Amino acid sequence: MSETKYTQEHEWIRVEGDVGTVGITDYAQGQLGDVVYVELPAVGKAVKQGGDMAVVESVKAASEVYAPVSGEVVAVNDELTGAPETVNADAGGKGWFVKIKLGDKAQLDALMDEAAYKKFVADLG
Amino acid sequence: MSDAAPDTLLRTSLHALHVSLGAKMVPFAGYDMPVQYPQGILGEHQHCRAHAGLFDVSHMGQVRLSGPDAAKALEALVPGDLQALKVGEIRYTLFTNERGGILDDLMVTNAGDHLFVVVNAACKVQDVAHMKAKLPPSIKVEELTDRALLALQGPAAATVMARFAPDAVKLRFMTAAAMTIQGVACFVTRSGYTGEDGFEISVPNDKAEALAKALLAEPEVKPIGLGARDTLRLEAGLCLYGHDIDETTTPIEAGLAWAIGKRRREEGGFPGADMILAHLKGGAPRRRVGLKPEGRAPARDHTEIHDDGERRLGEITSGGFGPTVGGPIAMGYVESAYAKPGTMVNLIVRGVARPAQVVAMPFNPTNYYKP
Repeated sequence: MSETKYTQEHEWIRVEGDVGTVGITDYAQGQLGDVVYVELPAVGKAVKQGGDMAVVESVKAASEVYAPVSGEVVAVNDELTGAPETVNADAGGKGWFVKIKLGDKAQLDALMDEAAYKKFVADLG
Repeated sequence: MSDAAPDTLLRTSLHALHVSLGAKMVPFAGYDMPVQYPQGILGEHQHCRAHAGLFDVSHMGQVRLSGPDAAKALEALVPGDLQALKVGEIRYTLFTNERGGILDDLMVTNAGDHLFVVVNAACKVQDVAHMKAKLPPSIKVEELTDRALLALQGPAAATVMARFAPDAVKLRFMTAAAMTIQGVACFVTRSGYTGEDGFEISVPNDKAEALAKALLAEPEVKPIGLGARDTLRLEAGLCLYGHDIDETTTPIEAGLAWAIGKRRREEGGFPGADMILAHLKGGAPRRRVGLKPEGRAPARDHTEIHDDGERRLGEITSGGFGPTVGGPIAMGYVESAYAKPGTMVNLIVRGVARPAQVVAMPFNPTNYYKP
């Protein structure tokens, strides 16, 4: 069974087995505006929870995307290189960034579930 | 430029209209301004290039200079040949400092019995103080705080304007005239900052919203925010004060030698003339250039520009994504030896050297009305 968890930095992670698919939330893409470039890490790269993982650039600015959990990058969404606008069109689906093999599944406990994230976003105003 | 807290921000007379149109409002030069509307920056940019866009530029300073020989007097502060301006002609020029740096860039129109001056929002307080302090007492400096400024820009701008003010479409690029639009006395210039044909309309504050709504009701016209205003002017290769030009850049370094009149080159008589004319004659140590990064990664303001070794040549002053170009574009300063189009340089983006080519500007061909 997969469950989606969220960070306060507006990343989502959907875990199946010991691999989590990671992207940015629909709220985040809406705040960024038109995405024109995504920089993804190399497959095999070790990432740390809360550390730099990728970069997403809108027309206006570049923003860091942080790793929601520690682990190893086992796949990246190469389609975003040629079609970065996919992040705007389908942030929670086809606009995924990377897949991470989790080092410690207990790290997921610190993240928000969907209801908590919805409330978190609502409180941002 | 200060980003004040929202409750201390100034509002233009179109503020309520922006909010009602669903604009995302941000602080800019002390004003609460629309950065984009629901269409988004990319869509707004493309709409302006294909049809027509309406911009609120009321935050900019509109100033009336009157008195005997106002053009000659103003020449003491700028290197432009203002005395050559015939009635109705506009000139782009610069307030310079004693070191040859740029205090602001501005548009000056010979409006017959006065000069109509438009300056940047972020500089207008200093600019007005500068003129009041430096011009002789016989020259009256009045900031027209009772007027809004709308810009209608794009290939369909003239078609739209013809429905409101047939006289406006007779103007050529960089000329102006007073005219009545929907019963309101306006001052219209054929100018703008997008690289497109277009107009700027100075209109009384209390009539601005009605005029903006009337223009937006035309099928060709959509509202455009500051986000797309920035991408449009960058593609047109136009300088943004505080980024591409400032108190440390001379007009020659900035590639604005064309704004210095022939007579002024011979006579001098403007602040920093020694330095500026020396750069004009002997060459400037650095130059503003256009840059096209290879690949798709944008290089933003302050990105370092290196040669193919690791030597720093300068930095980017405006950089991002050009929606019409369809890729990243930038401008910045490099040592003059590297300013020739075709020269390859490296841009240091997030610690990685990425190749870019020096290119001629504009990035997108301009479309001014010059019959």
